[in-house]
Amino acid sequence: MKKLPIALLLVAALAATGCNRRDRFADGAGVPAAPAPVTNPGAGSAADPSSPAYFQQTIGDRVLFLVDQYTLTPEGRAVLDGQARWLQANADYRAVIEGHADEQGTREYNLALGSRRANAVREYLVSQGVPSSRLQTVTYGKERPLEVCSAESCYAQNRRAVTVIAAGSGLTG
Amino acid sequence: MTHRLFANLLAGLLVAFAAMWLAGAAAAQGGPLRITVTDPNVEPLPFAIPAFEAETAGAEGLASDISRLVAQDLVNTGLFREIPSTAFVSQLTSFAQPVAYTDWRTINAQALITGAVAVNGGQVTVKFRLYDVFSGQELGAGQQLVGTTDGWRRMAHKVADQVYSRITGESGYFDSRVVFVSETGPKNDRRKRLAIMDYDGANVQYLTDSGSIVLAPRFSPTGDRVIYTSWDSGFPRINAIDVGTVSRQQIPVQAGEMAFSPRFSRDGRQVIYSLSEGGNIDIWRTDITTGQHQRLTSAPSIETAPSLSPDGQRIVFESDRSGSQQLYVMPVTGGEPQRISFGEGRYGSPVWSPRGDMIAFTKQHAGRFHIGVMRTDGSEERLLTASFLDEGPTWSPNGRVLMFSRETQGADGAPAIYSVDVSGRNLRRVTTPAFASDPSWGPLQP
Repeated sequence: MKKLPIALLLVAALAATGCNRRDRFADGAGVPAAPAPVTNPGAGSAADPSSPAYFQQTIGDRVLFLVDQYTLTPEGRAVLDGQARWLQANADYRAVIEGHADEQGTREYNLALGSRRANAVREYLVSQGVPSSRLQTVTYGKERPLEVCSAESCYAQNRRAVTVIAAGSGLTG
Repeated sequence: MTHRLFANLLAGLLVAFAAMWLAGAAAAQGGPLRITVTDPNVEPLPFAIPAFEAETAGAEGLASDISRLVAQDLVNTGLFREIPSTAFVSQLTSFAQPVAYTDWRTINAQALITGAVAVNGGQVTVKFRLYDVFSGQELGAGQQLVGTTDGWRRMAHKVADQVYSRITGESGYFDSRVVFVSETGPKNDRRKRLAIMDYDGANVQYLTDSGSIVLAPRFSPTGDRVIYTSWDSGFPRINAIDVGTVSRQQIPVQAGEMAFSPRFSRDGRQVIYSLSEGGNIDIWRTDITTGQHQRLTSAPSIETAPSLSPDGQRIVFESDRSGSQQLYVMPVTGGEPQRISFGEGRYGSPVWSPRGDMIAFTKQHAGRFHIGVMRTDGSEERLLTASFLDEGPTWSPNGRVLMFSRETQGADGAPAIYSVDVSGRNLRRVTTPAFASDPSWGPLQP
């Protein structure tokens, strides 16, 4: 520990700091703008096997993971087999795979873990014949929990990768 | 009195103080006017601060507000105890009047702070003096600060910084700002905005709207820019925002699927961050001025949360290459990392102290989270906090206090920002208008 010299600040002309810009946004009350869409626009009817709604509800749009794991479970692979078949049959759609983590972990580690989970799903879908150009991954870490309790029953639902179907056969950028 | 003499009274200045103390020893009940910030058993030093004198008509309110805020800054450190004015034997009526030391010794005030405030239009002038009561001497020279009435809190913080600095021998931290994430809404629909506030939670200003997730803002070393992770493109990307103009800029990092966990280098020209490619997360460095990218790690494991040493020569980061999250240090150019954390549990979000001597981290063990500190070689690990979820420490500009996020448990769980001394004392919640997380403490303002 060393002694720091006493700053000789005799006259400190303070820059104007306050101004009056508490909030420089029109929604000053903090009213949020629309969140980034995570649902499927034009999901169609779940009765139509070529609809994103069918994909989501009948085939299953998500796989779950064990604590701090990103390897696919046998149940997860079975779901992904169905996803791969659907994506091959419906070439007009692409998918964004979202990786999520439960709240047990630091923010930064969970971003990495979510990234790994999303990628595990992508790699599996590619191995089943889905062109990688139609698949994109995104991690949300622990930022978007589905279930809010602080117990394993909720955590198990939050440790997930969700395949979100979007219109368009490939990625442009 | 247990305020023991600072271990290393080496500086000539301190020798001079020691001489003053000796001179006043006959009257003194105890030791010198000195506090060791890192002493975990420090007894708060009693001080008196009569309401600052109003030198111009109508300045009474501001004079009172400023002296109250100086007192609050000092008391909130846990190192000082204010003697209430009801105990005063004498009330100062004039800043220029000689101090009646015996009146202040009677009530056992070790330090006395006096001040005067003048307002002319939108300009405010604050004068203050600090006295070592038991040695009967002024401690340091009287000072005068000039600012705007709008910025009166900063002036109070500057006075408090001077008092703190003269008594502890450390630089202060009150005139500083914190960038953080302001959160609203339920746990499964949280809206996040970047916001900036004074270190004490005052003067909150928002830097972004809540249209997309923003995480982990970090100040540039000069405090004029903030770098953070944003999902406004739909994917995590590194953005920077100018605090003054609120203009945003995407930082062009190495191409990859996702980029996050950015920090500026000391000179603000480089950014270190994590990049995810094919599920592998490594640490990269980009020179913003030249657009050159350098890969710093290349392991199949997760490497993230890089933080530079203050000399810019080393990077501490977390990696799960050993099978669990641990802390590693490597040269700034990359190269073989050395593991420094070996305790039980998992270690993450390391942050190098601005003094260079310590690394703060988040530790997860047995279902609890802790904020802790260790030497840069991993020795002398100490845990400062424990809760359901504590994470993301950030250092005060003088390296003596940490802020972090604490999230409560359950469906109604929500984050708030707390601070704790590096000694583990003085855990405090920082008052914010909404939920708050991911604090990053900026530099002492000029």
